[in-house]
Amino acid sequence: MHQLTLAEIARALAAKQFSAEELSRELLGRIRQLDPQLNSFITVTEEQALEQARAADARRASGENGALLGAPIAHKDLFCTRGVLTSCASKILTGFKAPYDATVVEKLAAAGTVTLGKLNMDEFAMGSANESSHYGPVKNPWDTSRVPGGSSGGSAAAVAARLIPAATGTDTGGSIRQPAALTNLTGLKPTYGRVSRWGMIAYASSLDQGGPIARTAEDCALLLGAMAGFDPKDSTSVDQPVDDYLAALNQPLTGLRIGLPKEYFGNGLDSRIAERVLAVVEELKKLGASVKDISLPNMKHAIPAYYVIAPAEASSNLSRFDGVRFGYRCENPQNLEDLYKRSRGEGFGAEVKRRIMVGTYALSAGYYDAYYLKAQKIRRLIKNDFLAAFGEVDLILGPTTPNPAWKLGEKANDPVSAYLEDIYTITANLAGIPGLSMPAGFVDGLPVGVQLLAPYFQEGRLLNVAHQYQQVSDWHTRTPTGF
Amino acid sequence: MALERSDVEKIAHLARLGLGESEIPQTTETLNNILGLIDAMQAVNTDGIEPLAHPLETTQRLRADVVTEENHRDEYQAIAPAVENGLYLVPKVIE
Repeated sequence: MHQLTLAEIARALAAKQFSAEELSRELLGRIRQLDPQLNSFITVTEEQALEQARAADARRASGENGALLGAPIAHKDLFCTRGVLTSCASKILTGFKAPYDATVVEKLAAAGTVTLGKLNMDEFAMGSANESSHYGPVKNPWDTSRVPGGSSGGSAAAVAARLIPAATGTDTGGSIRQPAALTNLTGLKPTYGRVSRWGMIAYASSLDQGGPIARTAEDCALLLGAMAGFDPKDSTSVDQPVDDYLAALNQPLTGLRIGLPKEYFGNGLDSRIAERVLAVVEELKKLGASVKDISLPNMKHAIPAYYVIAPAEASSNLSRFDGVRFGYRCENPQNLEDLYKRSRGEGFGAEVKRRIMVGTYALSAGYYDAYYLKAQKIRRLIKNDFLAAFGEVDLILGPTTPNPAWKLGEKANDPVSAYLEDIYTITANLAGIPGLSMPAGFVDGLPVGVQLLAPYFQEGRLLNVAHQYQQVSDWHTRTPTGF
Repeated sequence: MALERSDVEKIAHLARLGLGESEIPQTTETLNNILGLIDAMQAVNTDGIEPLAHPLETTQRLRADVVTEENHRDEYQAIAPAVENGLYLVPKVIE
């Protein structure tokens, strides 16, 4: 049962091969048995899950047959869930039980999904290795001495290990696509504004976007269809109809123009990853696509710009964690300033403090023009690169990451070297365009991802191309040994 | 320009982050490494380029000026560290 994709589960539930309750019990058993090796869950909501599963079975018995009715999933622990701990993997949210559900949680629950729990992540989604969690690092099921990527590392590890068929994640600089790549999964970061951010604890508000992590493009299409849509409660939500992503999957690729940016294949890329990526390109050509070399000349400026914009916005967003209204408060504060400083100093981990300080500095008097404003100008240059490229091609393709999963601890004391791993993913966040990572094979037994980027709101195109590739390849069906 | 210990102390104060004495040297070094990475930005020619604040360049949506929220005080205060009579408690501010 645990090997089934969401689409297969939908068919099996419809055919009454098993009930949603039986399926959830099976997966909850696997989580109990296997997750101690991975640490992918922060909270398992067993009782609530079984209630939801029984409710889904009852809805089905009364004639409903939605594709996600009874489908077990889990949420990254920065989506607020009513009455259940939402920790953002931070000590500062100790005991925080949100008084409401995030819109994404609400929409998926309405579609009948069963939530098995809340998934580990980098603290406040700041990291690329899932090592900054207050609840401990997550291990990669393909090699438990290695990181699963981050920040949605728990989502990726749990899906890769077949503890759940799919999960939600969020992506501010690659936090869905990079862990998906390092664990042999398909993950989609939608266009900025496509998925509501309401109830999704903010890191960098002009970059954050929620999306699905699953094993196939088809499953991502199923989930995105339920997650996406206008939400009046999110002031940056876009009021535009949601495409039929399932219908888009089966479009032929004849005539598809794919651009290969030379900057994605230069120094720093593991040549074995380049080989895997180019092999995917060959397959897509057989399916009717044509290929063109392109250039995104400002890509090299993306990391500096990102590490100004994201920390600046984070320093503002995270000012709400003050030890007064919710979460952790220090012992015996002497005065109000002591209360703020010690609650925050003790409640935030090292990486979060670093980013708050970088952001505070960048926004402080006298530095705004040199940092934040400069970064926003570079942001436009990056967007302009994409607009120019999409005048020539329909889709951009390249590696998702320069290297496969690294060893736990390897970059833990060197944040700058970890930041450089984000090079291929952060441009999509800066420009706000959608991006998808899908399995492209293995290097020394470790998964490799290929990234597809499309113009605004063309999530359907990304899912279409990934689905067509997954019809002629079987990388996405490989399971890590022991899971 | 490299940050010195006093800069780091000032930034930590602005951010209301308590930093232990032992954390300051390491924090200073790491912040300088990060700022070194960021400073590569200064070499980019951005003359005449308009800053981009929102990827889709939309402005804040407006809504009718009517009350849409109900009172959630009890729910919100149920998860607060210290409350009394519907008020959030903090150390004495005015002597």
